[in-house]
Amino acid sequence: MKLLNLTINGRDITKAVSPGMTLLDFLRDELNLTGTKNGCDKGACGCCSVMIDGKPMLSCLMPALEAEGAVITTIEGIAKGNNLHPVQEAMIEMGAIQCGFCTPAMVINGVHMLAENNNPGNDEVKECISATVCRCTGYNSIEKAMHLAASKMREAARDGS
Amino acid sequence: MDHKMTDGTNGYPGKGYKVIGKPVPLIDSRAKVMGQALYTDDIRLHNPLIIKILRSPCASANILSVDSSAALALSGVKGVLTGADFKNSFGVLSISKDEPAIARDRVRYMGEPVAAVAAETSEIAARALRLIKVDYEITDGVFNSKEALKPTDQPLHPELNKKNNLHKEILQEFGDLDQGFADADVVVKKRFRFASINHGFTEPHATQVSIDNNGNITVYSATQVPHYLHMAMAEVLEIPEHNIRVIKPHLGGGFGGKSDPFPHEMIAAKFALDSGRNVKIKFDREEVFFSHHGRHQTDLTMTLGYSREKGITAIDLDTLIDGGAYGSFGIVTTYYNGVLLQGPYKLPNFRFHVQRLYTNKPMCGAMRGHGGVNPRFASEVLLDMACAELGLDPAESRLNMIHKENTLTTNEFRVTSVGLHNGLTESIKRTRWKEKHGKLPFGKGIGVACGFFISGSALPIHWNKLPASTVRMTIDYDGGVTVYSGAADIGQGSDTMLAQMAAEVLGQPLENIKIISADTRTTPVDLGSYSSRVTFMAGNASRNAAIRMRRILIEAACELLEMIPPKYDRPDAPDNFFRQGGRKPDFEQGFLGPNPDYTDGFIIEDGLIRSKQHNASVTYLDAVAKALEFGGILQTSGTYRAPKLGGKFKGAGAGLSPSYSFTAFIVEVTVDPETGFIKVDKATCAHDCGFPLNPLTVRGQIEGCIHMGLGQALMEEMVYDNGATQNPSFLDYKIPSAFEQPEVDIVPAYSDDSEGPFGAKEAGEGILAPVIPAIANAVYDAVGIRLTQLPMRPDRVLAALAKAKDKEAAK
Repeated sequence: MKLLNLTINGRDITKAVSPGMTLLDFLRDELNLTGTKNGCDKGACGCCSVMIDGKPMLSCLMPALEAEGAVITTIEGIAKGNNLHPVQEAMIEMGAIQCGFCTPAMVINGVHMLAENNNPGNDEVKECISATVCRCTGYNSIEKAMHLAASKMREAARDGS
Repeated sequence: MDHKMTDGTNGYPGKGYKVIGKPVPLIDSRAKVMGQALYTDDIRLHNPLIIKILRSPCASANILSVDSSAALALSGVKGVLTGADFKNSFGVLSISKDEPAIARDRVRYMGEPVAAVAAETSEIAARALRLIKVDYEITDGVFNSKEALKPTDQPLHPELNKKNNLHKEILQEFGDLDQGFADADVVVKKRFRFASINHGFTEPHATQVSIDNNGNITVYSATQVPHYLHMAMAEVLEIPEHNIRVIKPHLGGGFGGKSDPFPHEMIAAKFALDSGRNVKIKFDREEVFFSHHGRHQTDLTMTLGYSREKGITAIDLDTLIDGGAYGSFGIVTTYYNGVLLQGPYKLPNFRFHVQRLYTNKPMCGAMRGHGGVNPRFASEVLLDMACAELGLDPAESRLNMIHKENTLTTNEFRVTSVGLHNGLTESIKRTRWKEKHGKLPFGKGIGVACGFFISGSALPIHWNKLPASTVRMTIDYDGGVTVYSGAADIGQGSDTMLAQMAAEVLGQPLENIKIISADTRTTPVDLGSYSSRVTFMAGNASRNAAIRMRRILIEAACELLEMIPPKYDRPDAPDNFFRQGGRKPDFEQGFLGPNPDYTDGFIIEDGLIRSKQHNASVTYLDAVAKALEFGGILQTSGTYRAPKLGGKFKGAGAGLSPSYSFTAFIVEVTVDPETGFIKVDKATCAHDCGFPLNPLTVRGQIEGCIHMGLGQALMEEMVYDNGATQNPSFLDYKIPSAFEQPEVDIVPAYSDDSEGPFGAKEAGEGILAPVIPAIANAVYDAVGIRLTQLPMRPDRVLAALAKAKDKEAAK
């Protein structure tokens, strides 16, 4: 066991962790942050994506101890209280959620994409969505949700300036 | 981007409904988008044991011995189970209970459970698995359907007393096949071959079991069929059903892959009962592929006769479907391979011969479009060939053959509502089909196909006289409405649909309806989420419970208003009346009665119950309080039973449904003759789901079906080498990404079903089947090749192009 220090959803955490534990298991089993999903354990489905130092990463492939000092945002940290992120709002509005198992990862990736560029092209959106396997939606509605979220964010940025 | 699609009604009249027919996001989508929805593996039971399963490395072997002493001696191991611990086998169909929870004496597929361990941690459980010694005697395996037909003294299932590995054989003939082919202007025939494919749901199988001091267990499981699991578990564990409570938490996709009771569910419950401890198990993705239950690998030969005047005159089908090691839904699959060809076109003469074989591979079962998908590919491709030979337009030719409303098919399926003619006509217009078909440059093509599917199986799997679905509804003193239903929301949105029913009838906002579903202790029986039955059956049950509730509220309101309550039609037999949506279809006249639904002269809205006639009102809450005065509980039930349907011949029950969905599908493709890659550029879909209750979710089902059809058409296949799964991961089993998914245009093809709730039919499965042949027909239009093997991989495209070139050169 080794001590791990990191920040998750704005909270500083220090915990003893065994070297074999993945970040995904650490989040789910040690912290009960079960919004991050385990769909394949092999980095193939993308459902375990979390934001590490501002970038989406696959938590199932990462030993927890490698996240020493990292600032992590999981799906539980995306909304501000009851105020959803525009990506979350748009996903609901466009019916981009069916079974919902891939949804947290789709949101994480979408939030990252739009933080980098709030006016993404079609291919950029497809690229972002392709990080996660979704078997329900056929992706069309998720694409539309990302574009809708982008336009909401552009509007907010205009209103804010 | 066009965001107006959320309206999604495409101009279809909403009939003045408030909630029905409106685009409603799933009521649990906020929980899902925040990561708060709890799936089975997210539940945290107190101090659970972790279960792991030891799986067979052999596809076919006798188990000579299992020595688990070293595993049991390991500190932290709390139990080991082997085949000897389970006496009773099980299976979702009562006529093929052939699967043991853990293999006894022999293993029939690679990956089959041979032992299971429960331990304090997952590391200890994994270590314990390596300490279990299994002595196998490898035996000759059977790895394809043709081999399985050969005589053998050692079949996979000796209990069937057969000298080969035939599981089920069905031969049915309707009409006069010879006459049918004699009537044809052209007869086309081809052999087709289909790979097995996997559901690919994102949430792996998981089960947790909690146990109380009296030995009652609560089973949380990722299942589409809590009720069937409940029954199977009681039988396998030999405990009373009332000692078992099955709860389906949020479910991460099913598509048929979670519609059987599974070995790991039995194993988990047994460990809980034996140890008195809570337990949990979750599959890794490899185990999901080993368990499989996907679409059957299929070899079929079909002959189709077509006449300019009469349309299809005859179909003759001979099919082998490779079932793998156990029965699962296979007997139903065997029937569906034949009977679902009875639509969407008139088919006067028809024979099918389907054989399901046992092989030493992971079992196949139900998957979206169950049994109907592969034969549909063949018939739609052959139809395209027939039209090409006669120089006919394949889209317009289809228009003339579609079933009329309120007719019987040759094998006595009762067809009620049909929206396909309008849908296909409109799709031809919207795609500018006539300007494109046969006229696009080499490499570009357009293709059409149609589909037909059941809207719920009319007969239950286990014969009984209970309603197919029952809903309990309560209103509390605070006015909150709770709907209790056994229906399993598997991501398709059935909870939302149930809430819409109650909200519409009771004049309440959707937020005022709470759903408690898929919990065998608190909810009445619904048979489960399979065969596209939930909207039709549980939807009707919810609607009927709400109508009864409405009557009580209106009577209470009348008492407060000192009015005489309205007289209802057939107060004694409301369910029979409601079953038909309050309307009686008249088959001879093709007439559908008016839609009284709940026309009682009152309007419930904005918290008031108002008499239209007398311009008097009471508050909804006052009426609720009044209604509660007598019994203190305000509760109703609603049920759905399918009407008596079908012919008198053997097998007449297969494919019977209270209604059928219809689909028209057109795709435009680009085929690269250099690389062999097929790109689907655009899909146009007209799906007749009756009246669309929620255009947002209907659209989601259409787009999801296109995704899955695209996968089977172009890339998905389970690969086996002597029974060993070669691609058990999403890295090797490729499914389409956002880049492959085409733009989707949805064309209205709605009808008004006489018995569906508010006129609705299924939207979850029927769309899938025509996607695949439409692509094949578009490929023919693009580059002139007929692909008869799925998936249509680039190497197969190139081989077919080379062959076509050789043929051309030889001329």
